[in-house]
Amino acid sequence: MTVTEQRPSGEVGRDRRRKEDARLITGRTSWTDNLSLPGMLHLAILRSPMAHARITGIDVTAARGAPGVVDVFTGPDIADLQGAMPCIWPVTEDTVLPVYPPLALDEVRHAGEPVAVVAARDRASALDALELIEVGYEPLPVVLDMEAALADGAPLVHEAAGTNRCYTWILDSAQAGTGGDVARAEAEAEVVVRRRFIQQRLIPAFMEPRSTVVDPTGDQITMWSSTQVPHVLRILLSLGTGMPEHKIRVIAPDVGGGFGGKLEVTPEEFIAFAAARRLHKPVKFTESRSEAMLSAHHGRDQVQDITVTARRDGTVTGMSAKLLANMGGYLGIIAPGIPILGAFMYGGIYKFPAYRFECTGVFTTTTKTDAYRGAGRPEATFALERIMDELAAELDMDPLELRRRNWIDSSEFPFTTAAGLTYDSGDYAAATARATELFGYDALRQEQAARRASGDPVQLGIGVSTYTEMCGLAPSRVLGQLRYAAGGWESAAVRVLPTGKVEVVTGTSPHGQGHETAWSQIVADQLGVGFDDVEVLHGDTRTSHKGLDTYGSRSLAVGGIALVNACQRVVEKALPVAAHLLEADPADLEFAEGAFRVKGAPGAATKTMADCAFAVFQSHDLPDGVESTLDADATYDPENFSYPHGTHLCAVEVDTETGMVKVRSYVAVDDVGRVINPLIVEGQVHGGVAQGIAQALFEEARYDEDGNLTTGTFVEYTIPSSADLPDIVTDRTETPAPGHPLGAKGVGEAGTIASTPAVVNAVVDALRPMGVTDVRMPCTPERVWSTIVAARAAGGEGR
Amino acid sequence: MIPAAFDYTKAASVEDAVTALAAAGDDGKVLAGGQSLLPMLRLRLAAPAMLVDLGGLAELRGVHDDGDALRIGAMTTHDEVMRDPLVHEHAPLIAQAAETVGDRQIRHLGTFGGSLAHADPAGDLPGVALALDAVMSVVGPSGVRDVPASDFFVDYFTTALGPGDVLVSVRVPKLTGWSTHYEKFHQLAQSWSVVGVAAAVRRSNGSIAEARVALTNMGVTPVRARGVEEALTGAPATADAVADAAARALEGASPLTDGTASAEYRTQLAPVLTRRAVMAAGGV
Repeated sequence: MTVTEQRPSGEVGRDRRRKEDARLITGRTSWTDNLSLPGMLHLAILRSPMAHARITGIDVTAARGAPGVVDVFTGPDIADLQGAMPCIWPVTEDTVLPVYPPLALDEVRHAGEPVAVVAARDRASALDALELIEVGYEPLPVVLDMEAALADGAPLVHEAAGTNRCYTWILDSAQAGTGGDVARAEAEAEVVVRRRFIQQRLIPAFMEPRSTVVDPTGDQITMWSSTQVPHVLRILLSLGTGMPEHKIRVIAPDVGGGFGGKLEVTPEEFIAFAAARRLHKPVKFTESRSEAMLSAHHGRDQVQDITVTARRDGTVTGMSAKLLANMGGYLGIIAPGIPILGAFMYGGIYKFPAYRFECTGVFTTTTKTDAYRGAGRPEATFALERIMDELAAELDMDPLELRRRNWIDSSEFPFTTAAGLTYDSGDYAAATARATELFGYDALRQEQAARRASGDPVQLGIGVSTYTEMCGLAPSRVLGQLRYAAGGWESAAVRVLPTGKVEVVTGTSPHGQGHETAWSQIVADQLGVGFDDVEVLHGDTRTSHKGLDTYGSRSLAVGGIALVNACQRVVEKALPVAAHLLEADPADLEFAEGAFRVKGAPGAATKTMADCAFAVFQSHDLPDGVESTLDADATYDPENFSYPHGTHLCAVEVDTETGMVKVRSYVAVDDVGRVINPLIVEGQVHGGVAQGIAQALFEEARYDEDGNLTTGTFVEYTIPSSADLPDIVTDRTETPAPGHPLGAKGVGEAGTIASTPAVVNAVVDALRPMGVTDVRMPCTPERVWSTIVAARAAGGEGR
Repeated sequence: MIPAAFDYTKAASVEDAVTALAAAGDDGKVLAGGQSLLPMLRLRLAAPAMLVDLGGLAELRGVHDDGDALRIGAMTTHDEVMRDPLVHEHAPLIAQAAETVGDRQIRHLGTFGGSLAHADPAGDLPGVALALDAVMSVVGPSGVRDVPASDFFVDYFTTALGPGDVLVSVRVPKLTGWSTHYEKFHQLAQSWSVVGVAAAVRRSNGSIAEARVALTNMGVTPVRARGVEEALTGAPATADAVADAAARALEGASPLTDGTASAEYRTQLAPVLTRRAVMAAGGV
């Protein structure tokens, strides 16, 4: 039997519509909240209305007697079952790690903290019964402002800690031996520019609210959860509650977005886990949108004091960043490390010879913060790109010219920065040249000059952001040095079925990224099978028992290599089988264009992977020592991060009478290495840019003076829709990642990282002739208008 | 979330609705399109004991030609209003404002009468109704009565409607020879007005013969900008004259500070937006 099958023509690099989208878009799929088990009880959580208070008593009597209610319990009721919430990234030896009970025991430290739980036969009864629970609170002082929180005598969030300081982490290039001394650079500087930037608090606002179902059967427990991190969740449920790991199965079914917001291991998951063990029944908890806004972790919330020193010719001689980072009332799973992920990026694409970074994490009586798309790198890139524009203004130099004078030339890679990273590759000049061409930079500058000259009430601003970021979290060795409790490797397994179809098991955990499509494209090329002949399995610790899940633009950059390595092992295992079938010496064969053939014999017989798969399935006639399977798996631990980069340019029109900012044009030229699926990359850039623009112009989580979240619905927390966003012009340059078999760098966060400073730089550029040197985010119309008023009052030029 | 429990009745007629509402008293609430009420119920910010649903009353839907006026049924949706040929011909200001309400889904469910009866200071249609001298037709326990827009909006989220009252239709005088514009200021396409200005202008020989201007969200109720109207009457149709008149936009206004904007900022916006609205309406 001779089967000749055409290899599908190059899947990698092809626009493929996502194979998972039909079920995701119609919702006819396994969203956690779609799941219903026989006898399942519904949980509702009573949350603290106080930001900081001692609980003096909880009366659940009336709630217990309410219709449909099966159980009502408080923290002390489940103290022996609930365990404690983990933080796995104490960034220093002396990081304060407060006790974090899933359900409050005797004190609440942010509005929205879980205080009591009702289990009822239906969700409505559970919610109704919440209103019958009486809680006594003795108010304690709220702690909201980070600087005030660090002052002597400030009221404490955690009395036992004796301080609101969680940690102070320092990276100094002079001490680390990676560069010069910033103090010396400042003493010798011809120009010093200082700014304080405020990274406002943001709410990740994933589309699907969090939901979890827990099913206790015998001594085993299965948890379904809307999470990005099923593997991490399983381990931490075990470590946090003492339940043995092998008795726990975690399933992240289809998950509707995360943006880092579902990287958390949550109190709600631990509470549901404890409830199922207490009640010996399946339970479900699905949060409302209001609960998601209030209690799922928030992002950003840093105060950044930035100093840059330079010579008059524009050469930057030093950079220092001193941060306060709001941790909230408790520590999220990796919260202390979020600013540290940014610590390495304050040099961006530039050759800064001296660098110092210092971050102090601060407890406040607010919802905890943690990873949000970009996690530390957007904050760093914002501060860097903003201050580069301020330095350019100080030097009266075009902001692009200032960047050219400082950036790393493409001939200088690999380049080791003062922060100690070694950038693998890049071509900043090429990306910038392409972006300025698409943008029409010079023509826009001319229009800007004309509008300034005529005193047009609508001014034009141009913003530049030339960014790089670190993707592919993360080399385990580096994580160990940073005191992170886990590794950063990833795994993949490839199963070749008897009919030649392929199942791929990945340890990554997609929640909207399109892994099923991209992984299928990779496998199709690697094994010479059809795109539709590949099924990607993920998110169930029983089918995919090892992995470190999805965040930090790591899935392709790390997991993709594991996948390629596993595929190569399959090919190696198939080689002797093919040789046997072709009656040839394995050494004479090659696997090319999807089939095994004798080298240098075009037109000769070939054997496909399917031929080999069926042969090992039958195993009637295999050479000695050949296994009856082609399956293989691999793990991969990266040597280094990968460093995508690009140039984003933004033009805004600012109505100086109303303060309204309209993004007129936006160009994003990104270099994310080799691209597996351009359509997915395009989508990631669009979504990322939208989220970055949202931070620049629209979104802010705010608390009142009593610590109540005042932006708890989408009426107050204003997320832009497509109607509020510009057309985004995208293009790519392609510098393959060296050492990566696919050449891919990662793209999940790049758009968010790049876009925020581009937009704010444009807003400030529009108003600079009026004496404006900064506009605090988000640049809402009122804030822009009041900034103009203040600048005029301070004697700025212009109208 | 899930609303607290309530009783529900689907009215078979206006009389039926009035009877049910009168019986419920202060615990009753009309359910029209539900686009404001349901979120309040779901957040448990409101917990009426009885909802009286007008959704089955076909006689409350549609736009009718009433000679010198249009009669718009209270249950006509925003989407129907903004596409209606009679509205486009005789009251395009309403069509323009209705198109700015919420998003597409909201416009397909939310109703013209519901927006007026809800009387949200940030709602766009109350100001438009005030500028156009609309008259509300109300059926209550004591019969039918007409309430002019100037008397209808009483206070913050409060109208002249009593516990047993149902707003059934709105009479909008046809404006012939006028041109109009609704200037809505908001940062996001689907959000409420920070400030809005409804303007209608009748020009004659290069000057402004008559003008009507009403402001949204410059007080607890929509505000008729009489000072601006007075200054515009007989003024030349020039940018300078309009700007001078618009400077009087704050007369009678008492803007609030809320989570969206400060009173100070609204004070800045009102004259600017009034100038823009009148210029757009008057083709200046």
